[in-house]
Amino acid sequence: MAAVPMTAAAIAEAVSSGRVSAREVLEHFLSAIDAREGEIHAFNLVTADAARARADAIDADIAAGRPVGPLAGVPIAVKDNMCTHGIETTCSSRILEGWKPPYDATVVTRLNDAGAVLVGKTNLDEFAMGSSTENSAFGATKNPLDVSRVPGGSSGGSAAAVAAGFSPVSLGSDTGGSIRQPAALCGIVGVKPTYGTVSRFGLVAYASSLDQIGPFAANVDDAALVTEVISGHDLNDSTSIPNPPLALREAARQGVKGMRIGRVTDLPGGAEPEIEKALADAFDALRAAGAEIVDVQLPSLSYALTAYYLIAPAEASSNLARFDGVRYGLRVGAEDTNAMYGATRAAGFGDEVQRRIMLGTYALSAGYYDAYYGKALKVRRVIADDFAKAYEKVDAILTPTSPLVAFKFGEKVDDPMSMYLCDIYTIPTNLAGHPAMSVPFGTGAHGMPIGIQVLAPALGEQEMFRVGGALESAKAGK
Amino acid sequence: MANDTPISEADVAKVARLARLDIDSAHVHHFTEQLVKVLAHFKDIDALDLSGVAPMTQPYPLVNVMRDDVELPTLDTDEVLAMAPSAEERRFRVPPIIGLEG
Repeated sequence: MAAVPMTAAAIAEAVSSGRVSAREVLEHFLSAIDAREGEIHAFNLVTADAARARADAIDADIAAGRPVGPLAGVPIAVKDNMCTHGIETTCSSRILEGWKPPYDATVVTRLNDAGAVLVGKTNLDEFAMGSSTENSAFGATKNPLDVSRVPGGSSGGSAAAVAAGFSPVSLGSDTGGSIRQPAALCGIVGVKPTYGTVSRFGLVAYASSLDQIGPFAANVDDAALVTEVISGHDLNDSTSIPNPPLALREAARQGVKGMRIGRVTDLPGGAEPEIEKALADAFDALRAAGAEIVDVQLPSLSYALTAYYLIAPAEASSNLARFDGVRYGLRVGAEDTNAMYGATRAAGFGDEVQRRIMLGTYALSAGYYDAYYGKALKVRRVIADDFAKAYEKVDAILTPTSPLVAFKFGEKVDDPMSMYLCDIYTIPTNLAGHPAMSVPFGTGAHGMPIGIQVLAPALGEQEMFRVGGALESAKAGK
Repeated sequence: MANDTPISEADVAKVARLARLDIDSAHVHHFTEQLVKVLAHFKDIDALDLSGVAPMTQPYPLVNVMRDDVELPTLDTDEVLAMAPSAEERRFRVPPIIGLEG
């Protein structure tokens, strides 16, 4: 029996060519889950039996000479806010506990069609609201690199699954940094594609104008491979851009010779000194690889946090109105429907979700709409315009992903503003609808990994992956 | 301007009612303290001159997306109702809607 390869690309190649069976690959990763999941809690549900049946079916296809996809036999973990037909989907909330969706999210269908093997549904901050995965109704996820620290969030379970070797790749969702920040804190690659390039059909909505699905991977090539598989137009999502799937793997190997990379001279401060140093090293590495570093200004960036924390809760307060005890999930019985709604929602939603619903309801309410939500939408425009000006001069921009490395449990969970500040470098991307990725680049305080963020204009994924690939090569070459 | 006075416990209680969240007074007190801090931070955008700026609601301007009018498979009614808290005669069952609260 051949050794099980560790990257998604190598697994798919080995399984497709018959050198290793999908079942052997799966058993390797299930063993890793058995050994350490009790300590990490990356998953809300491990779908071992279904995964074994699926792997055997792929092996049967290969034995019969039937074609298999680009992710043949690749185990993948999916954030528990994406619908999986007949498989519990909870959003880590009591209000959806036990709910089995009657359909698959488009990304899940595309993973299945590509031959991937779902190994489980990963933990998250309830309804993707948080930056530490401490706000899960089912308990926090631990950072596999130091279990006294958070994995980041909200896709902390998906990041931890890859960092712990439970699956080579996983899917998360990113509304204000929920893929990139946990990728940075867990020392792996995380990608938020351009808004509209990956279908949101079957992603339980948090803030519909900001949400985007993307992959986690241990390396840039695997992240490119999974992004290729899940991207492309979908009739079931009316915000889906009518483009074919992205082509990224070649770009990731192309290098940055001749590219112009932006350094933001008025970036909001506050990053840890080791992170500032890593960013400077990243610029040096790209310059050495043939890129030109160009100073750019993004004066409105410091207002992005406020705009985001008004827009996202406003959209959430509307989206989460559907959880009312009528059609799915929890119901707390009462004598009339209004009392049932209030009792169900108070019992079913955790504190952070209730806080954001109230913040959003307040920002949208009569007398406050213009002062809060209306103004936030205008700030959003100013931020997008600032990016447009910067991208006249550069092909991509580099910033830290997170101002801090993984922090300890409980440090921020009861101080919303300090938790919200974790997202200061990631949220401008979501407001603009642009792509961004986090690539591990060096080690910071307490020996924890640092992530460098690559930003690009809308549909600039190829340029972004060129830079991401170059950063990875530079680090490997040291 | 509307946001010059900090949010009060009465405001929070009203917002909770609008949001259909039946929370007790201890929670109202807790959320008020936190929302006062968060909203104070949000005053930073008052420094921006936003006159003449058009609001941006979506990152990608797509409107009226329609697909061809062809029959496609839809959700299975029994499967959907099996996940409902209460169902009867192939419908969602709920408590009385009117008459009890005036």
